[in-house]
Amino acid sequence: MANIAGTKRDLERSWSLTDLLDQAPGFAALSSTLIEITEAGAPVVALTADLKYSNGLVRYGERFPQRFFNMGISEQNMVTAAAAMATTGLTPFVSDFASFLSLLCCEQIRMDLAYSKLPVRMIGHHAGIALGFYGTSHHATEDLSVLRVMAGLTVVCPADPASLAAAIRASVEWREPIYIRIGRGREPEVYADGSAGFEIGKAIKHFDGASATVIATGSMVHPSLVAVNALRDRGHDVGLIDMHTIKPFDRDAVLEAASASELILTVEEHNRIGGLGAAVGEVLAEAEGAPPLRRHGIADEYSLIGPPTHLYRHYGLDVAGIEKFVRLELEAIA
Amino acid sequence: MSNLSDTGAPDRELVERLEDRAHFIRRETIRLISIAKVGHYASAFSCAEILSTLYYGVMDLRPGEPAWADRDRFILGKGHAAVGLYPILADLDFLPRAVLNGYTNLGNPLGDHPDRTRVPGVDFSSGSIGHALSAGLGMALAGRLAGRGYNSFVLLGDGEQNEGQVWEAAMSAAHHQAGRTIAIIDRNGYCLDGPVDEVMSIEPLADKWRAFGWDVHEVDGHDVSALYAVLRRLSDRERPTQPAVVIANTVKGKGVTFMENDFGWHLGYLNADDEREAIREIDRSARRI
Repeated sequence: MANIAGTKRDLERSWSLTDLLDQAPGFAALSSTLIEITEAGAPVVALTADLKYSNGLVRYGERFPQRFFNMGISEQNMVTAAAAMATTGLTPFVSDFASFLSLLCCEQIRMDLAYSKLPVRMIGHHAGIALGFYGTSHHATEDLSVLRVMAGLTVVCPADPASLAAAIRASVEWREPIYIRIGRGREPEVYADGSAGFEIGKAIKHFDGASATVIATGSMVHPSLVAVNALRDRGHDVGLIDMHTIKPFDRDAVLEAASASELILTVEEHNRIGGLGAAVGEVLAEAEGAPPLRRHGIADEYSLIGPPTHLYRHYGLDVAGIEKFVRLELEAIA
Repeated sequence: MSNLSDTGAPDRELVERLEDRAHFIRRETIRLISIAKVGHYASAFSCAEILSTLYYGVMDLRPGEPAWADRDRFILGKGHAAVGLYPILADLDFLPRAVLNGYTNLGNPLGDHPDRTRVPGVDFSSGSIGHALSAGLGMALAGRLAGRGYNSFVLLGDGEQNEGQVWEAAMSAAHHQAGRTIAIIDRNGYCLDGPVDEVMSIEPLADKWRAFGWDVHEVDGHDVSALYAVLRRLSDRERPTQPAVVIANTVKGKGVTFMENDFGWHLGYLNADDEREAIREIDRSARRI
């Protein structure tokens, strides 16, 4: 079974903050892809709020010191300043814990990015309950809901480092501001081919399924893929869609699954209210003869604290939990 | 600019021009609010000389080219004074006169607060108090990165000093040596609920900015010579590394006696008789000049 929390640490060795980078391929991809598009001529600047080791942007800062701005623990100032930079033709990437970015800076995102049509790219990292025992202040289980209702904002949840890199490359030609939601940077590989087919707003279908289609986003794509593979191996006709873009939402992918499957299931590391499941539900509610929908995610409550892997197991957001969710829902309609 | 005498004061011709344009701003404010039938007269009046000095004396702009890349930037933190800014934008041919005359009508781009997506010449939208200094900082940093020498002028309200984001930006601009960030505080003494220092006191204001690492100046915000001298000097600095703030001591409602220092006039409407009275007084003081 895949360990969705990523590489197990070697407890024999001491480590410090700066060593974490090497354990987070997602954050390595963040900096290396930003370096790649900057070298290719994209007018990138990168900003963070005293988190350059946590998100790995220290690497970008080493390569392009003049294009890197550490704004200190002043998140709102960072978001507005980035918007202002964008008025001059720059493409700012701001990175922050998803909790602070989406909630502390919510109004700056609305006024200065979305409403003002300024193409800032936000990297909301350690989203969901990825910060485990750091607690509720550091969890972001509301960000998709809050940001999805902002007109003019694109919301993308890449599943793995290759998808993140693909999303950043795709952002070069994208006019709207974008919120890119990632986890701990340790999401295991889903797309060994480098996610070449990634296109903002276009879901990636892994399998069709006559019995059910699982629609997952972000960090939940990998464990869902493992779970669905296991179910398919046991003869269940279950499909899987990677819904990496929450806005603009790929309604056609949902409608296609709805016409092919007896059941639609959603999986997200987010409150079950307002996120992926809600977006799918909105489409199904307006479709004729749509199959039933069951949403898997975090209940409308604040998460326990604990090590992330333990939390994922507790909330059924690991491979076993997702497999069980799908199996029970299949049995319920059988 | 050659309008600066040895003492740093502008010559007589420029002074007259700046005062004339401040008068124009007050007259136009009254005219536009008569269309909307509600507006921020007093907030625009307190910054009329500041706007006039910036737009007609200090800022490097090209009339008719609101998107010129090297222009000095201006961000109106106290966005509710936009009614005093729009006439300038029309005067500079950034915006058609017909649009100005439809102020706040259905579908018109000119609302109570300035909107960069709709109004040419508005460098950054405002309306939510507290964002502006961060915006000025971002533009200054971007200008430095691009090797452009423009300044970012940010007009802040004194009530705006209550906002935490202002101080984030203040700290950040000093830290990043964003010397092209030039803030002007319209210290008219009033916010919506009354005197600023009764609602949420901000003094000692100059000391706060000094403590944050800024180059601090204080002037009479209705004296165009004094405003011009300090703003010209600040904008002409070579490779500045210290952001600067000008605390402009002003009178809310300046120019219309019954509005002056009466916080009720933060927002209001003048009926035809009172409007005539206000215009008479504004015109009288303009003739005295």
